[in-house]
Parts: sequence; structure tokens; C-alpha cells
Amino acid sequence: MRYMMLIHHDDAAMAKADQKALWTDYAAFNEALSKAEGGSSGERLEPAAGGTIVRSNDVLDGPYADTKEQFAGYFFVEAADLEEAVAWAKRCPSSRYGSIEIRPVYVPKGDWK
Amino acid sequence: MQYMLLILGDEKMMNAATVVDDTGMSAEYAVYNEAMMKAGVIRGGERLRPTSATTSIRVRDKKAVVLDGPYAETQEQLGGYYIIETKDLDEAIDWAKKCPAAQFGTVELRPIWPTVRQ
Amino acid sequence: MTEAGEAVRTAERVARDSYGRLVAFLAARTRDVAGAEDALSEAFAAALRMWPTDGVPDNPDAWLLTVARRRQTDAIRRRQTRKAGEEHVMLMADEIEAAAAEGEAVPDRRLALMFACAHPAIERGMRAPLILQTILGMTAEDISAAFLIPPATMGQRLVRAKTRIKDAGIPFAVPETEDLPERLEAVLDAIYAAYTKGWSEIGDAGVPEIAGEAIWLGRLLVGLLPAEPEAKGMLALMLYAEARRPARRDGKGAYVPLEEQDISLWDDSQIGFAEALLREANKAGPSGRYQIEAAIQSAHTARRATGIDNWHAVVALYDHLLARTHSPVVVLNRAVALAERDGPADALAAIAPLADDKRMQTYQPYWAALGHLLGRTGDRQRAIEALTVAIGLTTDGAVRAYLHGRIVALQDG
Repeated sequence: MRYMMLIHHDDAAMAKADQKALWTDYAAFNEALSKAEGGSSGERLEPAAGGTIVRSNDVLDGPYADTKEQFAGYFFVEAADLEEAVAWAKRCPSSRYGSIEIRPVYVPKGDWK
Repeated sequence: MQYMLLILGDEKMMNAATVVDDTGMSAEYAVYNEAMMKAGVIRGGERLRPTSATTSIRVRDKKAVVLDGPYAETQEQLGGYYIIETKDLDEAIDWAKKCPAAQFGTVELRPIWPTVRQ
Repeated sequence: MTEAGEAVRTAERVARDSYGRLVAFLAARTRDVAGAEDALSEAFAAALRMWPTDGVPDNPDAWLLTVARRRQTDAIRRRQTRKAGEEHVMLMADEIEAAAAEGEAVPDRRLALMFACAHPAIERGMRAPLILQTILGMTAEDISAAFLIPPATMGQRLVRAKTRIKDAGIPFAVPETEDLPERLEAVLDAIYAAYTKGWSEIGDAGVPEIAGEAIWLGRLLVGLLPAEPEAKGMLALMLYAEARRPARRDGKGAYVPLEEQDISLWDDSQIGFAEALLREANKAGPSGRYQIEAAIQSAHTARRATGIDNWHAVVALYDHLLARTHSPVVVLNRAVALAERDGPADALAAIAPLADDKRMQTYQPYWAALGHLLGRTGDRQRAIEALTVAIGLTTDGAVRAYLHGRIVALQDG
């Protein structure tokens, strides 16, 4: 199963963390992810305040939802089941400063890409 | 600039309203995809399974908490996304407006944080 | 643990013991595990609530039955007739009364229930949770915390597994002699899996004492199958690990590897019990996986206690284990011992084939061992790379800090 792992951050909690250790852990995590089959480090997003919302023809400033934690990035894993995906979520350094949301990717019958 | 284009909408409505063909995509999305591919802006994208299939994890005081469902209970849910490459935000907004979800839900554009890749 | 805490624990033990026996008895008669649990759930909850303060009743089985009966009557009075539950309670009443007349306890069918839960037709990952729930009465929520599955998902999967036991016609019986070794292995694997969940979650205060529950199940199994050396081997293996638990972290919470542990922190009584079990198991006959693994732990314990190098014996035991299992994990552990006997270059050669094994890609101990061995050969660059991957795969902060320390040492070295 392919899972999209959505990272939600509490920026304040992240800012308090030892930055050097955090990003060293992130580098190690990405390294481990790249060794795993089907795993890929995704992208980190600019803070949610820099987002833009489009609804019908209206264009608004972000963020979309005013929540304590904001969507901050994502990665993908290929896992046999949810348990394996959870193991990856636990390894992700962001799980200590926010939440990791695991969403199974919809697999269409035909490949459109 | 690279943007993540997040498709947000009431998933109950999204699942009910769109007629899904063999590819798992509605006709409107097929057209939209085609247009983005022709324009050469699309860098990737996925459709996600509903939030009922979602799990969230957080680690606090070394303890992992595993929860059913998405991070936040919102009226609209993330149903999928695209990664697009455009000249600027205006061009990205043009694409967001064309996205079928903009008509019945919300499209959020988030610039991607440039990282140094090894 | 305080004296009061001890009393609570004892009361809880008796409640779980009685509950498990009654569920097993009813389920073995009706094959309806969920129905048996339903019939007893409220009485069991009342026991967990009341016994720790009011004291344990003289006849716990009869107490549970009385409460179960009363709840049943209440339900009928409220016209919420629960047919299945009613039948279960009646069946239980007959049996408890017959047993009381004979001056005996209700027959213990927990072994049969364990074999049903660990049946090959039940998905492997659900066997341990099923045993924990049916035999010990643990809630889906408690189990889910240790197995890192959302509570609702764990609950659904447990319900599905129980329905499967009923619908698929899974027998409640101790298997025939020819099937016994293989089927027993599944039961042992399930209990050991529960233990390792509890063990790996050692830093998590919120995870219930699932390791302790697994040891209790191990003791129960040894009691129910006194002639099986592998059951003793597995219990011994768990006890060796448990005895060293206090030494796994130093005063600051940092990870301490086996060779550097303060052995005065080891629990000698648990080691003594493990040694006795292992001796008995060895007397009884041929060695299985758990017996050999327990023997390896015994050797580690002896080396640390006496300071006498015994890596030859450890490698020989791993050879024996490898011949039986061909598992990459055994290859890896053997190589770590081999490094102590013949040096890191030979150990690296021994694990070279594992590089192509997909399962090793996400197996933290592989990368940690690889980094450790490369470091010893002086290949700093590759050692740091492997240790970095190991850090990325580690969820335990103390282990992560330890591995970071290794990298710093290599960089400075």
C-alpha cells in the first residue's frame, strides 16, 4: 500500500527544539527513507501564512484553517499495512513536535501519468 | 516556483457528485489533468482515500499516540493534491481556479520550501 | 512497588485469572468467544473495580457468575434480552455448581483457547492481541497502545478475528502430537511478540505493563504444558531480558549496551529462575529456537558475571540456531558475536549477503551493527553513513542519542 504522510507542525513547539539535533535527525530520517523501497522524501512547505486560498473566483490569504498545528510538508512510504506506515510515522522527527497524518493513496485502475 | 495545490472539499459531496470512471477520475479532472500536462506545469499529484481511512500519529513524552481519523475535523477535507511549477503565484492561481474543486470546495496553494538535495 | 500497589496487582491478577478461565471454558463449549466475553464483561469490570479495595472473594469464579447473572436479570427486566449472553451465563452456572459439588474448580480450557487464537487461519499479527484480550481480559485500547494500532482499528480487527474463529470452525483443542510442535510455536511466537512489544516500548510510561503480562502468560503456559521444553525456553528468554531491564538506561536515561551494563542492577532472582527453567528444558530433550536463544542469553549473563570470554560458545549456539531458522536476523546477531571472536572483517563478510535482503532496508539493528562493524575496521565514512540510516530508523530517543554519540566519536577519532 502506498501512503501519503502529511506532516502537521506546531511552529512554536518546533522553534523550541534543539535545531541542530532536529535537522540532523531529519537528515538521518530522509536517508533511511531513501533506502526503503517505495519511500521518498516529499517536500517541505513554506509556512501556512504564505499560502493562498482560491475558492470559486475569490482569492484569499492563507492559512486555510486556523489550527494550532499547520500542514507543513509530506512524504511517501510504501508499506505492507497500516502498522508499517505507523512505524514510519513514529520515526519521523516531526511526530515529536506535531502530528503525522497517514492517508492511503487512491490507486486508480489506469495510470494517467 | 513550485506550489503544492491542495484540493479541499466536503468529501461526502465529492464522492457522491463525481462520476468516477475506470481510472478513478471524473471527466472534469481528466480534462484538467490533460490541460496541465499540455502546459507542462504538472510535477506530480495523487488522489487520496477518504479520511475514514486516515490515521494520525503524534509522539509525546516518548509515547506514541495513534488516532483514527485526520489531524483536524474540518468541514472540508483534503482529497488530493498536485505539485505544479509556475512562473509566479498569479499563474498558480489561474491553475487553481481551473481546478474542478474550486467550484465546490477550496483549493489551497502552498509554495514549496526549496531544500538542497544531495 | 508499594504494598498497596502490590495488593491492587494481586487482586487484578486473580480477577484476570478467573475471567480468563471462565471465558475459555464458555468459548470452548460454544466457540463463541465474543459471546463469552459479553456475558462476563460487566462482572469482570466490577471485579477490577471492587476487589483491590474490598479484597478478593474466596471463590472468584462464583463471584463473577453471581454478578454476571444479576446483570443478565437486570437486562431481561429492562427487556433488553441478550439471548446469547443468557445461554452463556446458564451454561457457566451449571458448570460452576457441578464443579463446586465435586469440590473442584471449573476446568481450565485456557490452553485450548490459546491454540484457537494462534491458529494458522488467524492472521499472524492478530494472534498476540487475541490472546491478550481473551485470556487476560485486556481492552482493545490497552492492546492498541502497545501494538501502535488505532484503538478503533484494533477493536474492529479483534471482532473480525473472533467472528472468524466462530465462522471458520477453528477448533478449541490442544493439537494432536504430530501437529503440536508447529502449533505450539505459533502460541509461543504470539506471547513472545507481546513481550517484545512491551520491551521495545520500554521508555513509554503510558504503555501498560504488557511485558509483565506476557511473562505471566509464559508462566501460565509452562504450568499448562509442563512437559514442553520450548515453553520453558521462551519463559527463560523473557526472564533474562526482564532481569536486565533496570540496567538498560543509566541515571540520565541514556541507552547502555549489554557489555557496558552495571550488572549489580540485574535482577538475580529472575536470572536464577531463568537458569533453572533452562536446565529443566535442556534435560527434557531436543533444543528448539527459544531454548537456544535462552542459552545464548545465559552465556551473555555468565560472561558479564565472571569476566571470562565465552564468545566461542555464543558463536556455536548461533551456528546451531542458524541451521534451524536461516533467518537474516540470526545471521546478523551471529555476526556481532563473530566479531568478538574473529574480528570485524570476518563479521562484515558474514553479513555481506544481507545487503540484498529487502527486509534489512528498514531493520534498524542491521544498520546499527553494520555501522559498528565498519567503525571497528576503520572505514569511518561508510560507518557514519550506516549509523545515520540507523538513526533515521530509530524511534527510541535514548538509542538515537547513543548512535549520535558513536558518530561523533568516529568523527573525532
